[in-house]
Amino acid sequence: MSESQFTISSLGKELQAQRTTAVAATRQCVERINNTDNQLNAFITRCDDSAFQDATAADARLSAGSAATLTGIPLGLKDIFSTKGVRTTCGSKILDNYVPVYDATVVERLRAQGAVIVGKLNMDEFAMGSSNETSAAGVCRNPWDKNHVPGGSSGGSAVAVAAGQVVAALGTDTGGSIRQPAAHCGVVGLKPTYGRVSRYGVIAFASSLDQVGPITRTVDDCALLLEAIAGYDPRDSTSVDCPVPDYQAHLRDGVTGKKIGLPREYFIEGLDPEVKRAVDDAIEVYRRLGAELVPVSLPHTDYSVACYYLIATAEASSNLARYDGVRFGVRHSSGGGLIDMYQQTRSAGFGAEVKRRIMLGTYALSSGYYDAYYLKAQKVRTLIRQDFHNVFEQVDLLLTPVAPTAAFKIGEKTDDPLQMYLSDIFTIPANLAGTCAMSLPCGFDAAGMPIGLQLIGKPFGEGEMLQTAWAFEQATDWHTRQPVL
Amino acid sequence: MNTRYETVIGLEVHVQLTTATKIFCGCSTAFGQAPNSQTCPVCLGLPGALPVLNREVVNAAIKAGLATNCRIAPYSIFARKNYFYPDLPKGYQISQFELPICEHGWLDIGGEEFAAKRVGITRIHMEEDAGKLLHGSSAGSLVDLNRACTPLLEVVSEPDMRSAAEAIAYLKQLHQIVVYLGVCDGNMEEGSFRCDANVSVRPVGQVELGTRAELKNLNSFRFIKQAIDFEVERQIELIEDGGKVIQETRLFDPDAGVTRSMRGKEQAHDYRYFPDPDLLPLEVSDVWIDEVRAALPELPGQKRQRYEEALGLPAYDAAVLAAERPVAEYFDALVVLHKNPKLCSNWVMGEVLGAVKENDVAIVDCPVTPTLLAGILKRIEDNTISGKMAKTVFTTIWQSGKSADEVIAEKGLKQVSDSGALDAIIDEVIAANPTEVAEYQGGKDKLMGFFVGQVMKASKGKANPGLVNQLLKERLSA
Amino acid sequence: MKISEQDVAYVAGLARLSLTPEELKTMTGKMDAMLGYVDKLNELDTDAIVPTAHAVPMANAFRGDQVIPSSGSAAALANAPQGTDGCFQVPRVIE
Repeated sequence: MSESQFTISSLGKELQAQRTTAVAATRQCVERINNTDNQLNAFITRCDDSAFQDATAADARLSAGSAATLTGIPLGLKDIFSTKGVRTTCGSKILDNYVPVYDATVVERLRAQGAVIVGKLNMDEFAMGSSNETSAAGVCRNPWDKNHVPGGSSGGSAVAVAAGQVVAALGTDTGGSIRQPAAHCGVVGLKPTYGRVSRYGVIAFASSLDQVGPITRTVDDCALLLEAIAGYDPRDSTSVDCPVPDYQAHLRDGVTGKKIGLPREYFIEGLDPEVKRAVDDAIEVYRRLGAELVPVSLPHTDYSVACYYLIATAEASSNLARYDGVRFGVRHSSGGGLIDMYQQTRSAGFGAEVKRRIMLGTYALSSGYYDAYYLKAQKVRTLIRQDFHNVFEQVDLLLTPVAPTAAFKIGEKTDDPLQMYLSDIFTIPANLAGTCAMSLPCGFDAAGMPIGLQLIGKPFGEGEMLQTAWAFEQATDWHTRQPVL
Repeated sequence: MNTRYETVIGLEVHVQLTTATKIFCGCSTAFGQAPNSQTCPVCLGLPGALPVLNREVVNAAIKAGLATNCRIAPYSIFARKNYFYPDLPKGYQISQFELPICEHGWLDIGGEEFAAKRVGITRIHMEEDAGKLLHGSSAGSLVDLNRACTPLLEVVSEPDMRSAAEAIAYLKQLHQIVVYLGVCDGNMEEGSFRCDANVSVRPVGQVELGTRAELKNLNSFRFIKQAIDFEVERQIELIEDGGKVIQETRLFDPDAGVTRSMRGKEQAHDYRYFPDPDLLPLEVSDVWIDEVRAALPELPGQKRQRYEEALGLPAYDAAVLAAERPVAEYFDALVVLHKNPKLCSNWVMGEVLGAVKENDVAIVDCPVTPTLLAGILKRIEDNTISGKMAKTVFTTIWQSGKSADEVIAEKGLKQVSDSGALDAIIDEVIAANPTEVAEYQGGKDKLMGFFVGQVMKASKGKANPGLVNQLLKERLSA
Repeated sequence: MKISEQDVAYVAGLARLSLTPEELKTMTGKMDAMLGYVDKLNELDTDAIVPTAHAVPMANAFRGDQVIPSSGSAAALANAPQGTDGCFQVPRVIE
C-alpha cells in the first residue's frame, strides 16, 4: 500500500508511534488533491487552512498522549453535513453562499476526536441522484475511468477515498447513496440501521430514509469510523438510545456456520453478467470460508423502487420548502411580490432533477391523491419491512449485488430518470426496511471498473455484518487495488 | 335580529402555553425580546436542524384535555401542514392532524341570556406557532421569528353555539380553565388566547348547516361579540337579498366594527398534511394520565359547586370567588381558618378585593394574609370589635402586618360590652339630657338614636352598639 | 395520461416553482411516466396493511422544559439575503 493509501488504522499506528505527524499526513492529502482534483472534481469546498490548524492541534494531542482513534486522521465530508463556518451547498445553487452557524452532531463527534476535516465533497444536488451528475458543482469523475460516473449521491466521498485524497469520508444513504458509489469506486461503504447515527445537522432529503455512514478503504476502517459517529443523540428524536458495540471485538471471528441468505429477487434478468460472475465468485469464497448459503425470497422487492420514489419525493417536497430565499441561501427577486420572489428563487436555485422530485412528491401528497399514492406507498413499505423480518428468521444476513451494472458512462442515463431510478433496485429495500447494509469490493469488469458486493444485516446487526465483510476482505485482495491517476 | 334564521357558531381557540421553552427547541418563550434574539437552528428552520418535543407541552395538553372532559388519546402523531409564508420558517407547520392528543370533550355553559347547554369540543391538538410579520415600510415586510415554534394548543369546538352570548360564555369558561390550570397566561392582547369563529346562518328548521365564514383577528371578548353580531346580520341580509354566502376568511376591523373579506389575498388551501418523519409517535399511558389528573387543581366549575352546596354561599358569591384561581385560593385558605363562609365571602369580595385593586397588588401578595384576616373575623364574631372597627383594623394590618389582637390592644379598640361600665356612661347621658328624656318618654321614639349616639361618643366609639341599645331601652322605659 | 398539464401547473403553484410552457410540457411527460410506473403498487392488496411511517418502531422522544441559550439575532441573520433592524426582510406582504 502506497503512502497515499493510508488507512485509519495504519495511519493511526504511525501517528501514535510518532513516526509521522498529522500535519505531514494532511500535507500529503492536500498535495494529492492539488494533483488530482482538476481531473476528478471530488471537492466542492476545500478547507486547507483549517485542516492544518486541526492537524497542528491533533499533533499536540498526540504528543500529550491523549489521542483518540481519529486524532490526526484527514477525513472528507459529503457537502450535506452542516459545518460551522465552512460553506455547505448540498450540491445546489440555492445554497451556493450558505455558511452554517452550527456543526452537525457527527461533525462534532469527529472534531471531538481530533479528526482533520480536509473539505466538503461533491454530491448530487440534495442527494437526489445516482451518478453525481445533478450536482451544481459539476459532475465528479470516477477515478478508475474518468469518462464514467462515480455513482451517487455520495460520489465525491467515494472518489476522494478511492483516489487517496482523504483517508476516509462520510456520506449519506437514502436509497443507496453510500453503497452504490462505494461499489462503483471500489471502496467500502456502510449504511447503518435507521436511528444508529444522528441525523442532526445533516441536510434532509427524505427524513424517514436518510442515514449517515462511513466510506473507507477497508472493513476495519469502516468499523472504526462507524463506532466514532454512532450513538444516541438527544437532538435527533429518531436516533435510537442503545449502546454502540465495540465493533472491533468480534471483527476477526470468521463466518463458520453463519447462514447467509441469497434472495432470488436480486439475481434477475438485467443483472450484468460480469456483475453476476463477480458476486457468484464471492458466494464461493463464503462457502469456502465455512458459511452456509441459503436461497431465500423477499417477494415484494419488485415494488421497492415505486414505493421509494413516492415516499422519498413526498418527504423531500416538504423538506425542501425551507429553501425560500428568506433566511439563507441565494434569493432571486426582480422586484415583484412575495410569491414572485419564492418562485424565482426556487426555480433558479433548484436543478431539474430536484424540481422533478419536488413536483412528484407534492403531487403524491396533494388533495385527492394522498391515499392513492403516499398512503399506498407507506403500506407497501410495511410489506417490504415484513419481507426482511421474515427472512431474518431464517438467515443471519443477506448477500446481493449492489447495483445491476458497474459504473455507467457520464451522460448515459441523464435523459431517462426512470432508468436511473431502477438502477437503485438492490439498495433501496434496506432503506425502506430501515436495516443496515454495506458494500465492499468484489471484483472488476472487463473494462476495469470495480464491482461491489452488498451485505444486508439485521437491524442493529452492524457488528455481525462487519465481521462477515472482514472475512471476505481477508480472503480476497480486491480492496488493495488502486486506480492510476 | 331576524327570528326566521338561526345562527350557528363553532370556535377555534389558540392557547399559547406558558412553558419556559419552545415546543421543539430550547429557546426561551419570553415575550417582548429583541427581534430574532430568541432563535436557534431548529426554530429558524436551518438546513439539517431537527425538532425534539418538549414534554411539558404534552403535560399541558393532557391537563387541558382532562379539564374539558376530553378523551386523552393513547397514541397520537404529529403532522406537517405545508404552506409557504415568510413567518413560517420551514415551509410547514408541525401540528397534529389525524390522531390528535385530545378528542370528544365538552363544557357546560349557562347565562342570563340563554338556557344552560353543553358545547362539544371536537379536539385539542398541539402545534407550533408562526413568527411575526411586521408590515414595516413600503420597501418590504419584516420577519421576527422569536415567536416561531412557541407551543400552542388549538381547541376546536363543535358548531354548537347559537348566539354571540353563548360563544362568549364558552370562551370565558375556556379562558378561565386554561388560566386556572396554569398552562396559559390568558393575555388576549399579547395573543396568548386567540380565537377564530366559524359563523353561519340557516333558516329555522333547516338541518344542514349554512355556508360559513371564518372570522379572524378577534383579540378581545368585545370584538368577538361585535364581529359575530355583524357577520350574522351581513349573512342574513345577503340571503334575504337573494345572494349566497361564500366560504371565506374574513378579517374583523375593530375600528369600523365590520368584517372584511380576505378574498384574493390567499391561495386555495391544499396543506398536504402527512406524518412528520422527524418526530416519533406520542404514546400516553394511563399511568401518565393518572399522574396529571392527580395534580390537577380544583377547577372553577367544581369550586362554584362546592361553594354553593357545601358552604351554602349564594350563586353570585360563588361565581365571584371562583372566577380567578388566586382569589379562590385566598378564600379557600381563609374559610379553613374561619368557619363562617358567608362572613369570609363578604370580607374577601369587599375589603380584600377592594384593597388589592386600590393598591394594585396581586391577591397572593396581599399583606393581610388569610391568617391575619381570620384573626379579624374572630374578633368580630366574639363581639370584641364592631364591623366598622374591623375595617380600621384591616387598614392598620395592611400597613403594619401586625395581628388583629395586637392592633386592637395597641389602639385600645376593644369594644365595651361590660354592662357595669356602660351603665355609668348611660347615667351621665340621662342626667345631662333631661329634656330629651322627657320627650322620649312622652312618645318621641326617634330620640333613641340620639341617646345611642351620645353614649357611643362618650365611650369614644368603643361601646358595643347592640348592648347600648338594649340597656338604654331598659333604662328609659323604666 | 395519468396527469394533465393543468394538474402539473397546479402542483407547481403549490411547490412555488414557475415552469416555462416548454418545462411544463417536459415535466408533464416525466411525471406521467413515473406515475405510470408507480401504478404497479396497485397490484398489491393493502387494505388490511398498517402504513409504516418510521422504519424502526419507537415512540416518545422528549426534551425537558429547560432553556438552552439561543444563538441570537446575529447568528440568525448571518446568512440572510436581506436583513433590516434585526429582522429578515421580504417583499412587502399585503394584508
